[in-house]
Amino acid sequence: MAKYSIFSLVLNSLTRHRHWRPAWRKAEPRPEYDVVVVGGGGHGLATAYYLAKEHGITDVAVLEKGWIGSGNVGRNTTLVRSNYMLDQTVPFYESSLKRWEGLSHELNYNVMFSSRGVLNLAHAPSQLDVFTRRANSMMLNGVDAEMLDTDGVTRLVPNLDTSPGARFPVVGGLLQRRGGTARHDAVAWGYARAADRQGVDIVENCEIEGFLREGDRITGVVTRRGEIRARKVAVAVAGSTSQVMALAGIEKLPIESHVLQAFVSEGLKPALDTVVTFGAGHLYISQSDKGGLVFGGDLDGYNSYAQRGNLPVVEDVVSAAVAMFPCFSRVRLLRHWGGLMDMSMDGQPIITKGPLDGLYLNCGWCYEGFKATPASGWTFAWTIARDEPHALNAPFRLDRFRNGYALDEKGRGPYPGHH
Amino acid sequence: MRILCPCCGERDAREFTYCGDASRVMPALDAEADAWAAYVWGRKNPRGPHEEYWQHAHGCRHWLRVTRNTETHEILSVLLEGPWRARHEAKDPR
Repeated sequence: MAKYSIFSLVLNSLTRHRHWRPAWRKAEPRPEYDVVVVGGGGHGLATAYYLAKEHGITDVAVLEKGWIGSGNVGRNTTLVRSNYMLDQTVPFYESSLKRWEGLSHELNYNVMFSSRGVLNLAHAPSQLDVFTRRANSMMLNGVDAEMLDTDGVTRLVPNLDTSPGARFPVVGGLLQRRGGTARHDAVAWGYARAADRQGVDIVENCEIEGFLREGDRITGVVTRRGEIRARKVAVAVAGSTSQVMALAGIEKLPIESHVLQAFVSEGLKPALDTVVTFGAGHLYISQSDKGGLVFGGDLDGYNSYAQRGNLPVVEDVVSAAVAMFPCFSRVRLLRHWGGLMDMSMDGQPIITKGPLDGLYLNCGWCYEGFKATPASGWTFAWTIARDEPHALNAPFRLDRFRNGYALDEKGRGPYPGHH
Repeated sequence: MRILCPCCGERDAREFTYCGDASRVMPALDAEADAWAAYVWGRKNPRGPHEEYWQHAHGCRHWLRVTRNTETHEILSVLLEGPWRARHEAKDPR
């Protein structure tokens, strides 16, 4: 598969684009691999790519139950940031953001990463104090952070209602200029193509139905398309984690699956050139390069596998959007959809060896999945290849809950729907 | 989504607060740490019927034990939680 470049573009333009090749092979599963990655979302594909590129393990299959891009990697609101607070979380997400900055070149695929800035709005002096603490924590970890007052917010986002009479008056904000957005589909396709070019087999329509085991050791998977043996099986299936792990006999995990909705409006001329989040209610909004306003808010609030949301949250999110941006009140909603969030007990992921021999688990991504794709894949590949966590994902082990090391940034306790 | 409150009748889900998995059973106070860890952190997270608590916060304020299908959002059963259930089922007006 040829490298994409200005020459391949010109050549294909001159031949009327009839000779583009598919970005990855439609691989048939072989009976045996070194590593089988279950789940062909962003994280599974990134894991396979880094296994091949960083660790030389190219005998890898990625098994996807649907098609590439059908899950959360194509359902999120595309935000990328590293404005976290704990000493365990900031370095991890910052390593991800650094990878985003060079990702298009690394993958030879334009993921349209745009550092347009992520602004968290504060609506009370106490909230501004909390943000200042977060900004300090970020800067101590070497991450850019900037505090804005009301005038600063107005200059940055002129369309936002920052008047004293606003429904939620703005007193300031926390800005991370290096944060931004990326094209989510391109991330899936880019990683799939890059992994494929390293020799990884990407097998679509291949749901797993069970695990092969010898005693307590996992030695492969049973799929719709036959048995596949593997030295190591890595699971990265987001909202379906509990179902897949139940096949391995793991009955309980610190995870609940919830539905989170996202929305896109009709296309507009450029009106919003940064990402704005309103944490006091809940709204995050940006404008895609195509012109649609992309936004979202709270979880629907109850366990769900429906991949569709209910109307109360539609009303809630849209009314928040209109309260913050009165100028968008007549914009029409184009689509809304739901994705399954694997909500963990502390709002942070699990990237770990185990819980059985031969098995590796990557789950519990809550709202953090998309932005963490590069770091998740990179650290998970490290963990699989070396049988030990990298320093970046060592805090994200499964036994942290049992042992009292939960990474609960907001101190909300073991209520997955509240993170 | 609507929930049939045994006390108030069928009401919009917005009147209710979701209070999580109702199938968990609290261990004895002197149980081992592992039993407590499993209770506090472990969830079965089923795809299909799920037993869960909802409180009718904007109504009678009763806690309800609801069985709901997490795949279809269909409500399969609703029971009052606590001593009121027996009275309610006996149609005792106290």
